[in-house]
Amino acid sequence: MSDLANRSAPIDLSPSSSRLGERAIMKVLLFAGSVSILTTLLIVFILLEEGLRFFASVSVADFLTDTVWRPFGDPESDAFRIGIWPLINGTLLVTAIAMTVAIPLGLGAAAYLSEYAPERLRRKIKPSLEVLAGIPTVVLGYFALTFVTPQLRLIFPEGSIQIFNALSAGIVVGIMVVPTVASLSEDAMSAVPNGLRQAAYGMGATRSVVVRKVVVPAALSGIVSAIILGMGRAIGETMIVAIAAGNLPTMTVNPGDQVQTMTGYIVQAVGGEASRGSLTYQSIFAVGIVLFSMTFGLNLLAQRFVKRFREVYE
Amino acid sequence: MSVLSTPQSVAEGAVGSLAAPRGRSVRERAFEAVLFVMTVLALVVLVVLLVDILRDGAGRLSLDFLTSYSSRNAEETGIRTGITGTLSLMALVALFAFPLGVAAAIYLEVFAPDNRFTRFMQVNIANLAGVPSVVYGLLASAMFVYILGWGRVLLSGVMALTLLILPVIIVASREAIRAVPPSIMNGALALGATPWQATYKQVLPVAMPGVFTGTILALSRAVGETAPILVAGAVFSRRADNVPWRVFEPFGAVPIQIYDFVKRPQEAFQNDAAAAAIIILLSVLLLMNATAITLRNRYRQKL
Repeated sequence: MSDLANRSAPIDLSPSSSRLGERAIMKVLLFAGSVSILTTLLIVFILLEEGLRFFASVSVADFLTDTVWRPFGDPESDAFRIGIWPLINGTLLVTAIAMTVAIPLGLGAAAYLSEYAPERLRRKIKPSLEVLAGIPTVVLGYFALTFVTPQLRLIFPEGSIQIFNALSAGIVVGIMVVPTVASLSEDAMSAVPNGLRQAAYGMGATRSVVVRKVVVPAALSGIVSAIILGMGRAIGETMIVAIAAGNLPTMTVNPGDQVQTMTGYIVQAVGGEASRGSLTYQSIFAVGIVLFSMTFGLNLLAQRFVKRFREVYE
Repeated sequence: MSVLSTPQSVAEGAVGSLAAPRGRSVRERAFEAVLFVMTVLALVVLVVLLVDILRDGAGRLSLDFLTSYSSRNAEETGIRTGITGTLSLMALVALFAFPLGVAAAIYLEVFAPDNRFTRFMQVNIANLAGVPSVVYGLLASAMFVYILGWGRVLLSGVMALTLLILPVIIVASREAIRAVPPSIMNGALALGATPWQATYKQVLPVAMPGVFTGTILALSRAVGETAPILVAGAVFSRRADNVPWRVFEPFGAVPIQIYDFVKRPQEAFQNDAAAAAIIILLSVLLLMNATAITLRNRYRQKL
């Protein structure tokens, strides 16, 4: 992509003379560009290397089918169980709650900013959403545990909300995801050609009808990709759930219960100073494989949707 | 609209009712109101969060809190470990990530041939930005702590954060370089500069403010990151200072101390000390962001 030079005139940037210095510099630049590829390869290598050691001592079938997660202590004992489903369950429960918050708030904000807000208000709200996106997640975790949870315990009947619970963590993860969903969906809605709106107005549609029946459907692939990306962030979020959701891997679907997510387990197990070579340490990477595959898959999916939306309007 | 009906207000009213047909105006307005509430709700939460933290933590802030090491006694504990750790991390992350990120951006924006490898590189950078930050911690733990044998030391944390923010710096720097008018590059080439001379002496200086802005924003993200350095082996408390030139020592960080405080059962830790440390962290982030925005605005005026 030699954009810069090609835009006005095609200029051949390949070195015409064999200047040693220039060629050395190109090599350095190429290396810097390759670091990102190296990073991806390293991530995959590390996850597989440590994860496969884990599966050398335990069965993959147990990992994928058992519903009790207790990878501590002596692997020979009955107490040692390695079914990942409680962690996936916890992750999905928190993510579902988060998306219940983030989808309406994110799409509402996107529609308002793109279709209704006067320019002056837009210029105030968008940076504020960026501020929200910039709050460190450990701070949001603090907020979930010390503010949201006590409020929930006041609202709901006594005993129904535990001190650590999926609901509080999920709500705050949802708030965290709002800027992602809002800004990407707003981009998609703003990219809808004005002619579509005007045609609808011309036929007597009101503004809300235009938003719901024209803009949203026309921007749908962009909106879907925004939601998928938001979901990926919710699944990968670590500190909020490590602080507020608890660390009890269970198969519960009750939002008031304590749960543990995949990311929460990674942090908890590391906190136990599991040393390399122990099954507990290796189990972190087995969980990492599942986590990485899920978020990576969602990313690829989101990119496919974005591509579709680009094909139509750009 | 004013209470008095002037010809202008009557005319405005007429135009207004054209845009919104009368029969549906209540539903129309309700729809807009709902969207507005959704937009503002997340921001209300942000305000509540900031007020809550200020209320919890302001009373606990003092000079002693900044200059004391952590203690089992909540009244005496401080975040000195975290502050020296975070400053050392930032200095080293900037040292590694800035040149690497800018070099990668120059390569992709100016020199990379349009082939499959380049496209793969771009898709890969986009994908890396979506990898959960805790995974970078796993990478650092296995690769740097154990395989390379550095242990749970400052440099391992630096590597985790560097790799984490590299894609962010690359994307921002590419945008800054792309915004430089191509005539600058072409002019330099026409005068006989080599491609690298044209890039280094002409394009880069113009792009630099944008590159700095992006780098500062990326660093401010690294300042608040907790999970990667936690997994890479950051320690909660330590009775020694971190300095950037002792890279093989254990390290702390402000967000790590916040996590430690929040996890303790005593109210004095969980609420007061944690909130006070959060105020410090958010102030640093505010300062970094303000710097970045000032830089961006000054640069815009010049162009």
